Amino acid sequence: MRKYRQALVTVATLVAVGLTWWAATSGFGLINKLRLPSPQDVWDAAVQICTTGFAGATLWVQAVHSLKLVAKGFLVAVLTGVPIGLLMGWSKHAEALLNPTFLLLRPIPALAWIPLAIVWFGLGDAGKIFTIWLTAFVPSVINTFTGVRQVDPVLIAAARTQGASTGQIIRHVVIPGSMPHIFTGLRLSLQASWTTLVAAELVGAFFGLGRVLNVAGTDIYPGMIIVGMAAVAICGAATTWLLGLVERKVISWRPAV
Amino acid sequence: MNKNKNFLGPSGTIVPPGQFWLLSVLGVALLLGTWTAVAVSGLMPKHFLPTPFGLLNRLVELTNSPFAGFLYHQHMQASITRFFMGWAIAVGVGIPLGLLMGWYRLLDEIVTPLFDAIRFVAPLAWVPLAALWFGTGIGGPLLIIFVGSFAPCLISAYRGARLVDKRFIEAGQTLGASSAQIIRHVLIPGAFPSIIAGLRVSAGLGWQSLVGSELIVVGAGLGYLMVQGQGNLSTETVMAGMIGIGVVGFLIDVALRAAERAVNRRWGVAT
Repeated sequence: MRKYRQALVTVATLVAVGLTWWAATSGFGLINKLRLPSPQDVWDAAVQICTTGFAGATLWVQAVHSLKLVAKGFLVAVLTGVPIGLLMGWSKHAEALLNPTFLLLRPIPALAWIPLAIVWFGLGDAGKIFTIWLTAFVPSVINTFTGVRQVDPVLIAAARTQGASTGQIIRHVVIPGSMPHIFTGLRLSLQASWTTLVAAELVGAFFGLGRVLNVAGTDIYPGMIIVGMAAVAICGAATTWLLGLVERKVISWRPAV
Repeated sequence: MNKNKNFLGPSGTIVPPGQFWLLSVLGVALLLGTWTAVAVSGLMPKHFLPTPFGLLNRLVELTNSPFAGFLYHQHMQASITRFFMGWAIAVGVGIPLGLLMGWYRLLDEIVTPLFDAIRFVAPLAWVPLAALWFGTGIGGPLLIIFVGSFAPCLISAYRGARLVDKRFIEAGQTLGASSAQIIRHVLIPGAFPSIIAGLRVSAGLGWQSLVGSELIVVGAGLGYLMVQGQGNLSTETVMAGMIGIGVVGFLIDVALRAAERAVNRRWGVAT
């Protein structure tokens, strides 16, 4: 009953918003089309970018380009960040040595690295992968670190009493125990990666969804701006969904939230 | 809490406090040392990687002679003002809306699907639309900051309101309190700890969005300083901007952390 009610309200809301949108733009022309495009404009822009392309390529090519950059930067961040976080969590010596660096880096938002990345790597892909790596790297380290520290010490002591080696304890107790925390961090940094990518591509790029938004903005092409925003949202949602699948595979013992 | 536990890692090795601090100092020294060594050795050109001293020099220089139209602290002030304006709007809209959604189910059912639909649009993807609607002067960046910091405000207020113990609300109703009175005296104080935690998250995201918007559209502020520095291939200027952004972001977080502790002492439920 409750479910039906929610579905009904959702549909009603979306229909109401759609009708208002149509009425305000096409229907009565209350809002200038250069401010808010009509549904027809957005549709035309979507058809254009899917068939003939916009800002140098079709939507598919631009989206795949952006997806690849996010995937590369994010994966490298996970592969470098999680081991360092594990090390810092496991060993007090490593924490003492490495943690100050992260405390210094943490307050600087990833977006603030974009100009530096451009000076260092230029406008190509390397700079973008670098900033996305930074976006996801620092949170990966910190969340893994916190995750390891929240593993129940009794479990570690129990494993040790039963004669497990350090390697076994890390493999079978510490890593599984910190997984939920690690994934929480990954989910947040994945969303942040998209923000970084879009920002980096808006500042300067040759390809990608941010480039589409940038060209659409300078051309004052509102329909295409909306298409670009929708594409960013869909890509962001798709990667988050994918990460959720991985999470459920990896942490199969945890009930779905 | 056992004081000794602070210096005992899961590996079981005991690191005495003195050694811990020594290692920390060593870690920072190592970082700065490597940086200086690489910069001085000429492995990287100076305009690529300045020395730490070169960076400090540039920082002092920026406070004396204007760059990109303003002095360093004027850029900083512009950024801070812009941030607080955008953030205030996000807080002012997000928290009341979140509380009301927690209270009125129909509103919850109406707003949630809309919110979910736009949640995944990265805040910086709003830049072209913001420029189109509000221009690149004041309004555009404010919309970006608003979009960046709005979600945690709404969610934390909503969660806080939903997590208020139903018995308190029922008790209030039994005693004849009106809806307005319950919202005022039960819901808001009950949701306070959650709200303040959300404020901290939203301030962090808002500050980040501010940086992003300044990189792209405005004519003053730390982000603008960095973009101009980048245009001149002056890594020192870019890094000086990063330091300012880091310091202000850090101070905002410290202030809200203090507020969080104070709120939890006064309104928090002992856990």
